[in-house]
Amino acid sequence: MSAQWLRRNDVIPVLFGIACLLAFFVLIEILVASGKINPFIVPKPSEIVTSFGRIIADENVLSRFFVTCGEALAASLMLAVTGIGLGVLLHRLRLLRLATETWVAAMASAPLVLMYPLFLVLFGRSVWTVIMIGFVAALPPVVLKTLEGLSGTRAVLINVGRSFNLTPSQLYWKILFPSALPTIFVGVRLGMIFALINIVGVEFLINFGGLGQLVNELSERYDLPGTFAAICFVILVSVVFFMATERIERWLRPGT
Amino acid sequence: MAAAGHMTASGAPARTGGMTLRRQVLLLRIALLAGLLGIWEAAAASGLLFRDVVPSLLTIGRSLFELLAVPDFQWEVGITTLWVPDFYRHLWITMAEVGAGMTIGGFSGLAVGLALGANPFLSKAFERFLYYLGPTPKIIFFPLMIMWFGVGPGSKVAMGTISCFFPIVLSAAAGMRQIESVLIRVGRSFRLNTWQMVTKIYLPAMRQPIVNGVRLGLGVAVIGTLLAETKLSNRGVGFLIIDAYNTFDMPRMYSLLIVLFVVAIGANALVGRASRG
Repeated sequence: MSAQWLRRNDVIPVLFGIACLLAFFVLIEILVASGKINPFIVPKPSEIVTSFGRIIADENVLSRFFVTCGEALAASLMLAVTGIGLGVLLHRLRLLRLATETWVAAMASAPLVLMYPLFLVLFGRSVWTVIMIGFVAALPPVVLKTLEGLSGTRAVLINVGRSFNLTPSQLYWKILFPSALPTIFVGVRLGMIFALINIVGVEFLINFGGLGQLVNELSERYDLPGTFAAICFVILVSVVFFMATERIERWLRPGT
Repeated sequence: MAAAGHMTASGAPARTGGMTLRRQVLLLRIALLAGLLGIWEAAAASGLLFRDVVPSLLTIGRSLFELLAVPDFQWEVGITTLWVPDFYRHLWITMAEVGAGMTIGGFSGLAVGLALGANPFLSKAFERFLYYLGPTPKIIFFPLMIMWFGVGPGSKVAMGTISCFFPIVLSAAAGMRQIESVLIRVGRSFRLNTWQMVTKIYLPAMRQPIVNGVRLGLGVAVIGTLLAETKLSNRGVGFLIIDAYNTFDMPRMYSLLIVLFVVAIGANALVGRASRG
């Protein structure tokens, strides 16, 4: 789905969508209040809204948010450095690329996050387990997209560089890398999204760290409105992160 | 993950250099594998790392054999009783959960995707919610799924369902919009009813995006189901992995991860081949 399509929206359908969502919440509120839906299974939407303030004040949501952001940032930095580095390496060494590109592609389709018990043994129940899972699970797309970007450089650009007698290193930094940058960023963005998803997921699973742990803790306390509010908060963070990276990508690839 | 789909396809080695290049690639692959296994074995033998964390290849091989070939479970299938390795029962349970999740999530995703793709008003009203909900971590919904569907397989099927729903609905909607209008006009000029339009025009014309969506959906459904099994379950491959962690049986954990990756990569390759064939 292209970003342009999303931008070209009409006001009426958007308002209709929002109205439907609000109507759905009102319906749930009425059904729970009238006892048709058990309040111990689905809390009232109004309770969820009011519990936002409670979890922000009592559960240190802000500091948890920064913990998760820090983990995602560390994983993203490692991803960018290692992923782009490996992509460049595979692009330069053709034989190595021919031998291993299918392996990297296979890794991209493997459920790498399932290695988290192994990482628990290697790194302990620490922030490094969370960061490393985010990093490993998101590495293959960054490598593959870097490779795709570098290989996709138009031959005419490379020929221009050669006609100017550029050294291999100049050719790389002046021609190949700038031309591949938008595609590389697509890979880094994909990687960052994967990393964030896996980081929050592993935080939830090992009950350690930031926002993922908050969801786990509240659900174990059987604080249902709080759990819903925490889930809404995680969704909000993911959506904001997704939109922000989408904007950067659009800025990097004007006209696409 | 959208990128991973066509990256696999582009990963086929080039055939420009003829036999010698192919042989070189093969030799390099063997050398890389041998090097990696050699480093692993040296690390295991050196004692520099904890022996239990990096067990020797022989120990992992033995554990793999025990996992896959030593019958230790009496499985009653219909009227017959089979002695099989317990792993296959767990694998079957996980596959059944993923299959059920894919069926529910796949068909509902396809139906919603077709509706959104066919109707610009609905698409503008609701598709952005799905688009932005897609890349959120689904596993955090697991506590709610437990509450709604119980601690048994129901909550795992639900995790598989909500995981695969989003990629399939978005692919189906995008695929529907890409259908050439001339095909739709041909269908209309033949006065096809809605069901005929769906089965004769829309679905055949959007085979590729649907297969891509199913492929992405299968990947995330497997992850969603298995992660849910590691969190709270007493059966399934996810449970076996977390059980190996809890009993600190590292060779078994490595064996399980190897088998799981082989199965997952194989399933992905099969769906990928189906999309090209």
